Amino acid sequence: MNHFNPGALDILWLPLVPLIVVAVGAVVVLLAGVRVSDDDSEGLGWIALAFLGAALLFTLPLIGQSSSTAFAGAIAIDNYAAYFEITVILTAAVTVLMSLEYAPDFRLAGAEYYSLLLFAALGMMLMAAAGDLIVIFLGLETMSIAVYVLSGLMRQDPRSNEAAMKYFVLGAFSTGFLLYGIALVYGATDTIKLGPIAAALAGAKGGSPLLLAGLGLLLVGFGFKVAAVPFHMWTPDVYEGAPTPVTAFMAVGIKLGAFAAFLRIFLVYFGAAATHWNQVLWVIAALTMTTGNLVALVQGNIKRMLAYSAIAHAGYVLVGMTAAGAQAGSAVLFYLLAYAFTNLGAFSVVAALERRGERRDAIADYRGLALSHPGLAALMVVFLLSLTGVPPLAGFVGKFYVFSAALNAGYVWLTIIAVLNSVVSAYYYLSVVVVMYMTEGEARPIAVQAQPGMVAALALSLIGTVMIGVYPGPYMGAASSAFKSALSHTQVSSRQLKLRG
Amino acid sequence: MTYDFPPLALILFFPALGFLFNLFFGRRYGRSTVNVVGPAAIFGAFAVGLWAFVRLLLMPAGGALGVVLWPWIEAGAFHTDFGLRLDALSGVMTLVVTGVGAFIHLYSVGYMEHDEDYARYFAYMNLFALSMLLLVLADNLLLMFVGWEGVGLCSYLLISFWYTNPQYAYNGRKAFIVNRVGDAGFILGMLTLLLALGSHGVMTLNFTQLRAHSALLSTAVATTAALLLFLGATGKSAQLPLYVWLPDAMVGPTPVSALIHAATMVTAGVYMVARLSFLYRLAPQAMDVVALVGCVTAFFAATIAIVQTDIKRVLAYSTVSQIGYMFLGAGVGAFASGIFHVMTHAFFKGLLFLCAGAVIHALSGEQDMRRMGGLWRRLPVTYATMLIATLAISAVPGFSGFFSKDLILEAVFTSGHWWLWILAVVTAGLTDFYMFRLIFMTFHGECRVEPEKLHHTHEAPAVMTVPLIVLAVCSTFGGLVGLPKGLLWGDAFGRFLAPVVGTFKPALEASALTLGGCAGLAGLAGIALAWLFYLARPELPENIAASLGALYRLLAGKYYVDEFYNLVISRPLFWISTFVLGRAVDTMTIDGFVNGTALSAEESAQALRRVETGNVQFYVLVYLLGAVAVAAYYVYLVIR
Repeated sequence: MNHFNPGALDILWLPLVPLIVVAVGAVVVLLAGVRVSDDDSEGLGWIALAFLGAALLFTLPLIGQSSSTAFAGAIAIDNYAAYFEITVILTAAVTVLMSLEYAPDFRLAGAEYYSLLLFAALGMMLMAAAGDLIVIFLGLETMSIAVYVLSGLMRQDPRSNEAAMKYFVLGAFSTGFLLYGIALVYGATDTIKLGPIAAALAGAKGGSPLLLAGLGLLLVGFGFKVAAVPFHMWTPDVYEGAPTPVTAFMAVGIKLGAFAAFLRIFLVYFGAAATHWNQVLWVIAALTMTTGNLVALVQGNIKRMLAYSAIAHAGYVLVGMTAAGAQAGSAVLFYLLAYAFTNLGAFSVVAALERRGERRDAIADYRGLALSHPGLAALMVVFLLSLTGVPPLAGFVGKFYVFSAALNAGYVWLTIIAVLNSVVSAYYYLSVVVVMYMTEGEARPIAVQAQPGMVAALALSLIGTVMIGVYPGPYMGAASSAFKSALSHTQVSSRQLKLRG
Repeated sequence: MTYDFPPLALILFFPALGFLFNLFFGRRYGRSTVNVVGPAAIFGAFAVGLWAFVRLLLMPAGGALGVVLWPWIEAGAFHTDFGLRLDALSGVMTLVVTGVGAFIHLYSVGYMEHDEDYARYFAYMNLFALSMLLLVLADNLLLMFVGWEGVGLCSYLLISFWYTNPQYAYNGRKAFIVNRVGDAGFILGMLTLLLALGSHGVMTLNFTQLRAHSALLSTAVATTAALLLFLGATGKSAQLPLYVWLPDAMVGPTPVSALIHAATMVTAGVYMVARLSFLYRLAPQAMDVVALVGCVTAFFAATIAIVQTDIKRVLAYSTVSQIGYMFLGAGVGAFASGIFHVMTHAFFKGLLFLCAGAVIHALSGEQDMRRMGGLWRRLPVTYATMLIATLAISAVPGFSGFFSKDLILEAVFTSGHWWLWILAVVTAGLTDFYMFRLIFMTFHGECRVEPEKLHHTHEAPAVMTVPLIVLAVCSTFGGLVGLPKGLLWGDAFGRFLAPVVGTFKPALEASALTLGGCAGLAGLAGIALAWLFYLARPELPENIAASLGALYRLLAGKYYVDEFYNLVISRPLFWISTFVLGRAVDTMTIDGFVNGTALSAEESAQALRRVETGNVQFYVLVYLLGAVAVAAYYVYLVIR
């Protein structure tokens, strides 16, 4: 049994600096916002952006370092953590940019809004860097509690209240599952460290009912956070009700954070024992893709449609997870990056069209958009095509990598289901294009001015979506080195185990 | 063998520049600028294409020009460049696409003179040329797929160009979705190749390397990959069972029909099969499927064409039918002859569509041949050029279509597929029948045009007739590069392509003269019947239609294939989405919430109550059921 040993506390602050900067930023925004009215929160947004920029700078020295751990294994230092931290920071930054005009317009409480956004980002980054189950849980809760509040921040809007309420109740429920799973795993293995747990799973104890029960509960708990079927029911309601930038942040950020931890546990550490879990994931992946895409076909609200689309995309990621192995790992990491930019872009367009007191998120509201706002319509087309998976955009390359990884691992049927699903998805993505370009608009469409924050958010998303698609080489290189760096932990720990043995 | 030739990039660069300019600045600079920039982009590409082609001709046989623009995708062992390659096959295709395309762009200047959306039109047309050239010049399968998807997208944009008509918008979507079905086949085929070669340590999609390593493929794998890719080809090239989109694609502007749905894009499937001829040669069964599908499609579409009354629909089905011939040629191993027919077909079918466009333009939009007739006096240039094109497609000796079709028919017979040959000869007769029916109904006989439309009837402006004349010259003499064996220089075209697509090896001997004679007789019979039905005894067709009512309705209803697809595929899918998943899963459980969209303040309390007592519990129930299912699986694992 590993007793607590103060001598093993290897304190290393450097890998934590980005997280600390984000946390300090959250507090600063909260304090600075004490006397700022809700109409005037733009300055707070810039403060948040400055801290995110600083955090981004402090992640750069972490890239390329050889994999190691700090705080007795609680924090992992590797390219994997850096990869996700950078993506999360960019996601948060685009969300802030998107909110600069949106937040005052909808009278969101500025200080709370930006502060919670940063706290949620902190939670996501912590999940990316977590080295044991407790820290993962800590990150998950930091993120989730902040987002529960964020989704209810439109206090006058019953739909927003409802979203927060539902998300909170269901989230608490699923947290219970996850925590119980962690407890069972601890009970079975006497440790919260991923390395020894993986060794136990791959070793003689692999068949222990307690450990397997814990594994199953972990799957269920993460399934909720990444919105996998049948744990997805909250997604459309919450996405629709929450303020649009928060929806974007949820659709991208929560998935990034949750998948960062989910992938590290299952794909990296439990990869050797994939037979214990990937058959379950096979079924969940197939269900998730199919349900997401088919239900998306009949949605009349664009945020609900994008919610089901997000569910479907989680399904594609799960296809990659099911395949397991280094190729699949890199492919999935790359896919998440492509997905992040594309989805941020699509939600930015949705947010750009909304005005105070009037939600404009029915697909019918997009009638004739090509005539009234040709630029926004064209951007939406790019993002929707990327979601469909049309080359040369990011979504296509992502799907290509994930599907070929699944094929290489021998999952022919799952790949066929995935390809058929992406055929089906073309229908609902394109019908938005049809509505924008081929139907008559209202007599007097609402004028949307080009506002600097929104323009920046759209530009960043567009650049990401197109660059990753046209020239994916370096990004794939980053994804694959990130995954390899995480894998090298497991080799170190198994070597250590051998030495001890 | 491959000579580094950076100017190849210019062939893509000019259309790209034209696209961006027309899209973003077209409106600002106005019609006169767009009218120059749009066609000039393609003429520029054509000029560079000619330059490159001459370089190629000066090289020893089997050479190629190439350029790698940048390394595109690197993933572990897999590496793909953004590279272009111009060899005999892609060289011919490049010239066809840019050459025919340039004149169709020029023609469009006249055709679109009354349309407000000229800038968007030329932007899409340039984008199309860009995608098609990317498809043709790509040096690897993945980059080809980018162009492949690009032409599909442009086709969608241009079919629904007049999007205010909901039917046109629907047709555009139909084309895109049917094409996506084929694309799924393309992707799976591509992955099969990658996977199969990857297991031998060769991770590549580059054509040259695929060809070099094709010996590693087993027959079963080659057959699977070839058939999957062919499924993609049937989508793009409108063959059975995925041809349904092409006839409906005729609602776009007529030059679009000429460029995309006759001369270039629809031949992409044939090009792809020829490009991968080394793969198809490894899979004789897949080749048989290609030949059979091509031949049956040729016949099937020709039978539909004989009863259509819309001038563009006749031509649309004739395109489906002629592409069937190309696949038939490729399927029996005469890939070069298939490509030869692609080229001559581009000339005469592009011309036919442009002529039809000139007729429609002159009659203020009339497309029904029953309300035409006797137009040859009023539209002399259009009549003369359309007659030349008809003689060419009817394979009248001396015209281009004769040489290419003759080579295909000869190859079909001498490869031992005599029953396909019979069907193909019958189809040749049908072709001549419906084409001369079109000529007679449109230009001869009494004039049935509505008087107020007749009033405006005039020959098209020079910007439209010059392309007609140029294409008519090509349709007449373009076939001379591939003469029958032993005559003058013989099949020079086939010899030129041989290093890329291989040569056709006949399995049996037959007299070319006899074979050609049979086809000629069938064609003559078709022309004679058309003359009898539509000039000599115009009352005959109606009597026959009446006495063969069921057959006529079957043909006029296009075999009810659309209705069948609708019933078997579209409806059930829609039903599942709407009722099973939409109603049962989504609406029924979330109904109260959706209603909440219009909640006023006093109702919100009500809504919140419902939230607390109703739906969330249901969500939890679903969640629990899922968790139980996962748990059950682990219980099973433990007790196993």
